[in-house]
Amino acid sequence: MDVIETLKTLWNDSGFQSFFVDGGWKNLIMIAVSCLLLYLGIVKKFEPLLLVGIAFGCLLVNLSYFGPGSSDALYHLDLWDNFLDPEHENYHSYGAIMSHGGLLDILYIGVKAGIYPSLIFMGVGAMTDFGPLISNPKSLILGAAAQMGVFLAFFGAICLGFTGQEAASIGIIGGADGPTAIFLTTRLAPHLLGAIAIAAYSYMALIPMIQPPIMRALTTEKERQVKMEQSRTVSKTEKIIFPIIVAMFVILLLPSTAPLVGCLMLGNLWRECGVTERLSDTVQNALMNIVTVFLGISVGATTAASRFLSLETIKIVALGLAAFCFSTVGGLLVGKLMYKLSGGKINPLIGSAGVSAVPMAARVSQMEGQKANPKNFLLMHAMGPNVAGVIGSAIAAGFLLAVFK
Amino acid sequence: MVDITTLAATEAVTEAATEKGDKLSIGEAAVTAIFGYSVVFAGLLVLMIVLYCTGAYFKSKEAKQKADSAAEKTAAPAAAPAPAAAQKLAPGSAGHVKLFDVPDKEAAMIMAIVADKMQKPLNELHFISIKEVK
Repeated sequence: MDVIETLKTLWNDSGFQSFFVDGGWKNLIMIAVSCLLLYLGIVKKFEPLLLVGIAFGCLLVNLSYFGPGSSDALYHLDLWDNFLDPEHENYHSYGAIMSHGGLLDILYIGVKAGIYPSLIFMGVGAMTDFGPLISNPKSLILGAAAQMGVFLAFFGAICLGFTGQEAASIGIIGGADGPTAIFLTTRLAPHLLGAIAIAAYSYMALIPMIQPPIMRALTTEKERQVKMEQSRTVSKTEKIIFPIIVAMFVILLLPSTAPLVGCLMLGNLWRECGVTERLSDTVQNALMNIVTVFLGISVGATTAASRFLSLETIKIVALGLAAFCFSTVGGLLVGKLMYKLSGGKINPLIGSAGVSAVPMAARVSQMEGQKANPKNFLLMHAMGPNVAGVIGSAIAAGFLLAVFK
Repeated sequence: MVDITTLAATEAVTEAATEKGDKLSIGEAAVTAIFGYSVVFAGLLVLMIVLYCTGAYFKSKEAKQKADSAAEKTAAPAAAPAPAAAQKLAPGSAGHVKLFDVPDKEAAMIMAIVADKMQKPLNELHFISIKEVK
């Protein structure tokens, strides 16, 4: 055995050697980024259920993928590039991915096919009580208003030189809805998925820091102190009929929303109908956890250094923040309008909850309302716009998908 | 481990993927954004109207049910002098105990449970009537 030759082979096969070849240093930066994301997820508790998985997926891909020759990588960007290239023999071939891909390539098929986001929506539906929205349908207007950031960020992205498909994917960050952002991006601009998913989930975690200054700037002390009347009690029959009506209406309006809205409403029907408690329990807990594991790690895998470290990522991060802020502004402005029209009966703070991010945004409305008036309980009133925002962002995604697919 | 010669090819594919989408003019983008925002508003506005209609239907149904039960309650005192006579006694009614829609075996079981819960002998308790609440 030639020891020197064996050592050379081991060195050439090792990942350490790859850091010193062309572009390998970028992987080192991404490894540092993944450690930062792990810190934010574990220590600062920023959306830990997803961010820890995303960060570790990011770490794994940047430890194993250094370019198209990385045969032992867990995720292969080049395979997915071939998958998307109409000229290539493996165009839209899941078989090629299964044959040549690594573990994360195979898990990523669930993202690419839109399975994980839809199943997450099913779990969200099973966990959501739409009662506050049914008792106060005006909440839907606030949910619509809070999609302003989606379309302003879309416009901003076009101004910064992104294509229509990329701009649509960036804009949807403003919907503050991770599964919707992933669903739309995998269909329109899969090469931006890593940056968009990380931006969306990071900003959702930062809602308690992003929204309050905007809420205080746009509302007066008097408006924030408004105590809202208790909403009517919603009957069981109404709660059962609601998901059926919404599914029929929204899917007929925008068929491209069928996977998201269909799964959201099916999950909710299981919750409310009272005869499928086992299914509702499974979807809310076991299935949701399993899908979260797969979704987090496979989305993190898309952050390979050669793709992620670019000026585009910085632009996406900035546009994502702007989208969140403008969505909050949109909800608050319409909330103020409702305050005026209702003669001061509606607290405009509930408008900011229209950015989905259930239930974080509603909690922020509650906290700000209670700061202004300790006797104020806005949580249930804010849950209406909050869940309306989920439907609103799905409609916005459906519109963008219909226009740009 | 790394085939450097193919890196350039990957970057070319990346660029192609980036270029694949349509470049929109700022005017087109503004129209798309306004139109999209309007579609979201219109969709949720119509949904709101549908919810108001279903809500109104259920509220009126609930109000009707309340009115019916209130009417029953007000009618009850008027018919008070002969309430028991109006209702048919169930088979098994004996002595002072009157059973309404309750089989005698169930009545015996209920009396036994009540006696057990109260820790009193059954012969010290006086049952007047047992009626199934529907």
